[in-house]
Amino acid sequence: MKPKNFRVVFKREFLSFFNSPTAYIVVTVFLLVAGWMFFQQFFLIGQASLRPLFAFVSILFMFFAPAITMRLVAEERKTKTFSLLLTLPLSNAEIILGKFLAAWALLGVGLLLTVPYAFTVSALGTMDWGPVVGGYLGALLMGGAYLAIGMFCTSLTANQIVAFILGLGMCFVFFILGKVLIFLPEGIATVVEYFSVDYHFQNIARGVIDLRDLVFYISFIAAFLSYSTFAIQSEKWR
Amino acid sequence: MIEVRGLSKSFGTLKAVDDLSFEIKEGEVVGFLGPNGAGKSTTIKMLTGYLAPSGGSAKIGGLSTEKDIQAIRQRIGYMPQDIPLYDDMVVIDYLSFIADVREISPGERHGKMRAAAERCGIEKVIAQSIGTLSSGYKQRVGLAQALIHNPDILILDEPTSDLDPNQIVEIRNLIKEIGQEKTVILSSHILSEVQATCGRVLIISEGKLVADGSPEELLAREHRDNIVHVTFQGTELQAGAKAILEIPSVSAVTEKGEGRFIVEAKKGFEVRPDLFHLAVGRNWVILEMRAEQLSLEDVFRKLTMN
Repeated sequence: MKPKNFRVVFKREFLSFFNSPTAYIVVTVFLLVAGWMFFQQFFLIGQASLRPLFAFVSILFMFFAPAITMRLVAEERKTKTFSLLLTLPLSNAEIILGKFLAAWALLGVGLLLTVPYAFTVSALGTMDWGPVVGGYLGALLMGGAYLAIGMFCTSLTANQIVAFILGLGMCFVFFILGKVLIFLPEGIATVVEYFSVDYHFQNIARGVIDLRDLVFYISFIAAFLSYSTFAIQSEKWR
Repeated sequence: MIEVRGLSKSFGTLKAVDDLSFEIKEGEVVGFLGPNGAGKSTTIKMLTGYLAPSGGSAKIGGLSTEKDIQAIRQRIGYMPQDIPLYDDMVVIDYLSFIADVREISPGERHGKMRAAAERCGIEKVIAQSIGTLSSGYKQRVGLAQALIHNPDILILDEPTSDLDPNQIVEIRNLIKEIGQEKTVILSSHILSEVQATCGRVLIISEGKLVADGSPEELLAREHRDNIVHVTFQGTELQAGAKAILEIPSVSAVTEKGEGRFIVEAKKGFEVRPDLFHLAVGRNWVILEMRAEQLSLEDVFRKLTMN
């Protein structure tokens, strides 16, 4: 795997987000919804923190991550540009990684544009920046996890809608894992909790960066990206 | 340069490519000719590593498509069917992307992009979005992308399928020019195109190789030079077939009605003078007399229709 190669794919894919309405619409809608949700709660709670934002971000990402990734492989299959991409001197892993990083960067742009909220809030009262930094880092990693799921789903189909719905469904499953724990016996509950994407995010959002949470996200992303690579590889052998 | 041995590809029970074997030497311009669905594209997709063969092997420049496909891809330029380009990109950005993938250094990039653009005649549209281009220009952009890294081997799948007659001529000339320096594989179902641009033709039908040779060789091989078509005008033509059969050098006659006959002469015999004398003797006028000329199309139909 050559970094040079996935950088090339990343660059093309990221710029192409901005060639079409995709990036603008996704980021705008995300900011509108996030902004509305945040400020609705913020004045009610009356505390100088970004907790309201981070409380909803896992649900927001569940929708936006598949929306960003849905076209990354599915569209290439539909328009047949895949037959060219896959015959260039690029490995499948480089292609998947490059596309994933472009999606992550776009998500990052969306998150970056919410940073003004932090400055607004800290102007209104004393804000503890620890959880804010933790919250953004956690959100970025959790977003990465959802995007990896989305990458996998788009790798499976030529239909963007299917890629989106499948992605939404799978993200939902991993989100809900953390919420159904009360129904499970003790031993199993701990294991299931570990696989909840939201659980690790809440940990990091508290402001303490635990290696276990980082390891979870990195492995989760690596796993889904390898499934994606495998999914496009298998086309060769059909 | 390209060695294919027993190459096969099956999709479930459908055998798309069936035991194909051939060799292509450096500098040859070869056409894969065949009806739609014959397996030409599938063969090409196996050469470029897009599909894995179900059986057999292919080697390009001594490298195996199974093991060294990335090294092979560095040396080939490929344009798939339907010219699949990124419609949302501007031509120059697209070429820049390909140049990047092809590891052309930033210093050389501008020069090589310009050279490819000039060669393919796309300077006028270099700043346009690919989605807004006509098929002719898209095809040229596709060619430019395949040439930008100056590969030894160029593989083009149906390069003129969407073009109007003018555009077809232009692309053909371009391919002929390129064929003078590179090894070119071109796949098409358009006979005249293959005949005009390729020095060698591989006719593929139902996954199998049914003919391999230059257009002249194929015509000579299938040519039946002892068939004469003749049209007489006159009286008592009903007895015509019998009369023709009486000519010693004739082996068979088919009557087509209205004075037309197809005369098959014995091998090596020139029957036209005898037909002339027969007409003179019976007071018939010869409206038409010609020896059968086979076109590549006739050869193609003969070999690909079962």
